[in-house]
Amino acid sequence: MSTETTHAHTHEGGGHGEHEGMTRKRIWKVFYILLGITAIEFLVALGVAPHYRGALWINPIYIILTLFKAFYIVGYFMHLKFEKLDMALAIIVPILFIIGLILVLTNESHYWIDLRL
Amino acid sequence: MSTAVAQPVDEVKSTPWSGGRSPFNVEYGKLMMWFFLLSDAFTFSTLLISYGALRFSAPTWPAPSLVFQSFPGVIEHGAPLVFVGLMTFILIMSSVTMVLAVEAGHRNAKKEVIWWMLGTILGGLMFLSCQALEWTHLHNEGFWWGHVPTPEVMKEFFNKPGVTLSQMTMTSHQFANLFFTITGFHGFHVFSGVIINIIITINVLVGTYQKRGSYLMVEKVGLYWHFVDLVWVFVFTFFYLV
Repeated sequence: MSTETTHAHTHEGGGHGEHEGMTRKRIWKVFYILLGITAIEFLVALGVAPHYRGALWINPIYIILTLFKAFYIVGYFMHLKFEKLDMALAIIVPILFIIGLILVLTNESHYWIDLRL
Repeated sequence: MSTAVAQPVDEVKSTPWSGGRSPFNVEYGKLMMWFFLLSDAFTFSTLLISYGALRFSAPTWPAPSLVFQSFPGVIEHGAPLVFVGLMTFILIMSSVTMVLAVEAGHRNAKKEVIWWMLGTILGGLMFLSCQALEWTHLHNEGFWWGHVPTPEVMKEFFNKPGVTLSQMTMTSHQFANLFFTITGFHGFHVFSGVIINIIITINVLVGTYQKRGSYLMVEKVGLYWHFVDLVWVFVFTFFYLV
C-alpha cells in the first residue's frame, strides 16, 4: 500500500479520477441483475414460502438476496467498486459495527421473550 | 562499515498518504457525502434492528402477505406484494436513470443529463405517490401511530392460530408504530432527494456545471439517491418479505 508510487491519477482539482467504470451497457446489465434478484424474492415469497410456513431457511434466503442487491447498488451504481481500496474500506469497515448491534439486540430480544412468558 | 546508500533526509515522499493530495483520490464534497451516508446507514440500521428485536420477541406478528394484499384503487384483496413490487420497480428504475445521468455527465452531455435527471425526479414523485396511497389504505383499515384496527378487522391479519386478542392488539400497535416511522423516515429521504434533484437539475439547465467543466455535483446527489434506493431494498425485505 505505502509503496504505491504511481502518479497515473493526476489530480485535476477534484475531477474524475476514476477509470471508465460504468458504461451504459454495464448500467443496464446491473439493472437486469437487480430486477432478477427481486423477481426471485417474489417467487420465493409467493410460490415457495406459503408451502413451508414457519420454515427457518426462508428468511436467510431473503437476507442473502438482499445483501447481493446491496452489493450491486453500492459497488456499481454508487461506484465504490471502482474507487481506491483505502476509500472503499473507510466506508465498509465501519458498517461492520452494525453486526455488533444485531448480535446485541438479538440476544436482548431472547431475554424479552423470557420476560413475557 | 555498511555501504548501503542512505535515503537522503530531504527527499520528498510521494506515497498517497504523504500529504499534498487526496489519498483517496476523491473530491472533498464527494467524500463527505459518503461519510454522511455512512452515518445515515447507522440511523436506518438502528431503526431496522430495533424493529427486528421487537418482532423477534413478539408472540405473534401481523402477516405481511395478509396486511399488504391490496393494490389501492384497483384490487382490494388477494394481491399480496403486487403494489410494493411496483414501488420497488419504480425506485430501482429511477436509480438507473440517475446513474445514466451521471454517465452522461462524464461525457459533458448537458441535454442527456437533463433528460435523465427529469426521469429520476419523475420516478421519485411516482414512488412518493404510491407510498401516499399505501399509507392511506392502511390508515383506512385502522392502522396509524398508536392506532390499530377494530378486533374483527385485525383478526384477518394473523394466520397463526391460538393468539389472544390482547397479544394481537399489542403486536399490531408495535407493527403500526414501526411501519409508519420507518417507511416515513425513508419517504422523507425520498422527498428530500427529489428536492435536491430538482435543485441540481435547475443548475444543469442554467449551465452552472457546464461553466465549471464538471458534472461532479450530479454524481454527489446520485450517491444520495442510490442510498435511498439501497435503504428501500432493506425496508422491502424486512417489512414485506420476512
